[in-house]
Amino acid sequence: MSDGAFEGYGGRHVPEPLQEPLEQLAAAYDDVAESDAFQAELDDLLKTFAGRPTPLYHAGNLSERYGAEIYLKREDLLHGGAHKINNCLGQALLAKHAGRERLIAETGAGQHGTATAMVGALLGLETEIYMGAKDVARQEMNVFRMRLMGAEVNEVTRGNEGLADAVDAALEDFAQNVDDTHYLVGSVVGPDPFPRMVRDFQSVIGREAREQFQERTGDLPDAAVACVGGGSNAIGLFHAFREDPVDFYGAEGGGEGSDSSRHAAPLAKGRDDVIHGMRTRVIDDDVEVHSVSAGLDYPGVGPEHAMFRAVGRCEYTGITDEEALAAFRELSETEGIIPALESSHAIARAIQLAEDGDHDTILVNLSGRGDKDMETAASKFDL
Amino acid sequence: MTSEDRRPAGGEPRETRTGSDGGKRPVSADYDSDVEAAIRKNHPALITYLAVGDPSIEETKAYVEALDRGGSDLIELGLPFSEPIAEGPTIQASINRALEAGTTSEAFFELVEDLETDATLLVMTYYNKILQYGDEPDVGPFVKRAAKVGLSGIIVPDLPAEEADPLREACDEHGLDLIFIIAPTTEGERLETIMSQVSGFAYVQARLGTTGARGDVSSATHDSLARLSDYEVPKAVGFGVSEGDHAAEIVEAGADGVIVGSALVDIVAESDDPAAALEAKAEELKRGAVRGSETVTNDTEDAPEPEQP
Ligand SMILES: Cc1ncc(COP(=O)(O)O)c(C=O)c1O
Repeated sequence: MSDGAFEGYGGRHVPEPLQEPLEQLAAAYDDVAESDAFQAELDDLLKTFAGRPTPLYHAGNLSERYGAEIYLKREDLLHGGAHKINNCLGQALLAKHAGRERLIAETGAGQHGTATAMVGALLGLETEIYMGAKDVARQEMNVFRMRLMGAEVNEVTRGNEGLADAVDAALEDFAQNVDDTHYLVGSVVGPDPFPRMVRDFQSVIGREAREQFQERTGDLPDAAVACVGGGSNAIGLFHAFREDPVDFYGAEGGGEGSDSSRHAAPLAKGRDDVIHGMRTRVIDDDVEVHSVSAGLDYPGVGPEHAMFRAVGRCEYTGITDEEALAAFRELSETEGIIPALESSHAIARAIQLAEDGDHDTILVNLSGRGDKDMETAASKFDL
Repeated sequence: MTSEDRRPAGGEPRETRTGSDGGKRPVSADYDSDVEAAIRKNHPALITYLAVGDPSIEETKAYVEALDRGGSDLIELGLPFSEPIAEGPTIQASINRALEAGTTSEAFFELVEDLETDATLLVMTYYNKILQYGDEPDVGPFVKRAAKVGLSGIIVPDLPAEEADPLREACDEHGLDLIFIIAPTTEGERLETIMSQVSGFAYVQARLGTTGARGDVSSATHDSLARLSDYEVPKAVGFGVSEGDHAAEIVEAGADGVIVGSALVDIVAESDDPAAALEAKAEELKRGAVRGSETVTNDTEDAPEPEQP
């Protein structure tokens, strides 16, 4: 496996003890990816456990207000409340097939941890979640949910006490327990094979959306928009459209602005670097990683996005905390849908695009629901 | 490309190396690598590690010189990086203290320039720090500077051998060794790839997981040394060594060197007089290593004797 997986981005930059286990995981994944039986088992769980397919919703009120037809892919309606379950079911089934007895995962917003706890319970695998102390404090409900489903939640108190620190802790655990443990990485990040494997498991979003959009409008959307933390819901939406004349827009956690010293937008503003086992884009050294949404609060990004940026296939913009909060409120009021703060970044970007007027139809991935963000909302909006 | 071609002075060994004081020192014509020479000539070698800048650059200088006096043959200087994924909690905490003290790559290099040691000096850091040293992501500037300040080799725990060509080339250009880690899980084709890239010595990780002082020498050490026995490059064993007796056991198992990190970092964090304690610890470890090599010679009459200067 070389750095070349995504035009020079990606690779397997991990300590030697992890090389062989990752090679084995890649081989196991390549096997199941071609197995009809595995795919049938996964499809069945996606349908009966997770609630696929999710609807494509025409956001009529919002469309009327901004003069472009805005469609929402409703991943917020999935079991657990976010797209994370698509990936978790895939990887947990793979782990089970590979004879692993234990799942570990990092989590930021707690959505991925929750989805991991769900599949751990479903498949009878011991589950341990690493979560930064900062996130434990702001996403308490998800901590309770994880514990209720039998997962152990480890509070990570090192460094910035955020998602990046949780990844470090999980990688360490993985290095020590490779024999019986599967590290269920939550986004299209980390060493190979995670970025491509997670992409494949999330690509069901775009496959469904493409078919639904064509069925509904007889055409393809002009633009596809998604928020980008690690980048899994975005790649999941984009992948099916990558050969189509559809413009891609990624909305990163712009924090206090991507030119400020507090943001999580390495594609809008960052540099090439190596982090968490991959070569990719990372925020600058003098920037403190920050986003109002825990799920976007990550200093790096999946290597395939770094490639999309380099070749100009997708345009990435930092959406500020303030813009995201405004969109969070606006979608709640206009459509009666409370989006996750992460997804609110995509809504904000879609509104900007509609206002610019260059696209008649805009498909937005509504990656999750906002129930988990009520406390943040209550404190910001004086509810 | 064979490993022969990659060697800094393949075929035509250099006659001098740059010492840590910046002066020229003779290199034995027997070895085309400073690091390999340092291990072979001091067999069994003691290789010690400290994170630079914990708790300050000045104190690191005193501690490194104490390790040198105590009998370290090679010293790994850790250039702190914020995501040290190969490290256990002890070394991570040390690295964090160094970062909080504001340790930069520049300060690191200046320290190395200032050091007065007989030991051969290596830098241990993460790929990120190497890529980011220049203005553009490129490994060249870091390696050039490392060579200039008198470092003899580089260890990068998160750089897989498959992706090491740019760094290998830069190291060859500037006469540095590039050391790779062999894990208990490294075998077959991967082992061959690594062994084709390695120079100086093979860093044998005694057990799975991250660094950290532990109480015994694992059976994985014996297995790994057996897997490597066909390769000529010296083998040094690390991860979890904290006492002279471990050092003895490791050398007895066939290692050419013993690597110690966490136990020393603990001393830096906890001792009232770290410099004296480090010197004493280094003495204990070196004595242990030597004891181990004596057992080897006595026990196995017809086995080849370890190389002596
Ligand atoms: C609802 C939601 N959307 C998006 C993300 C960001 O992840 P990714 O960029 O991998 O889709 C998260 C992460 O926690 C999330 O919970």
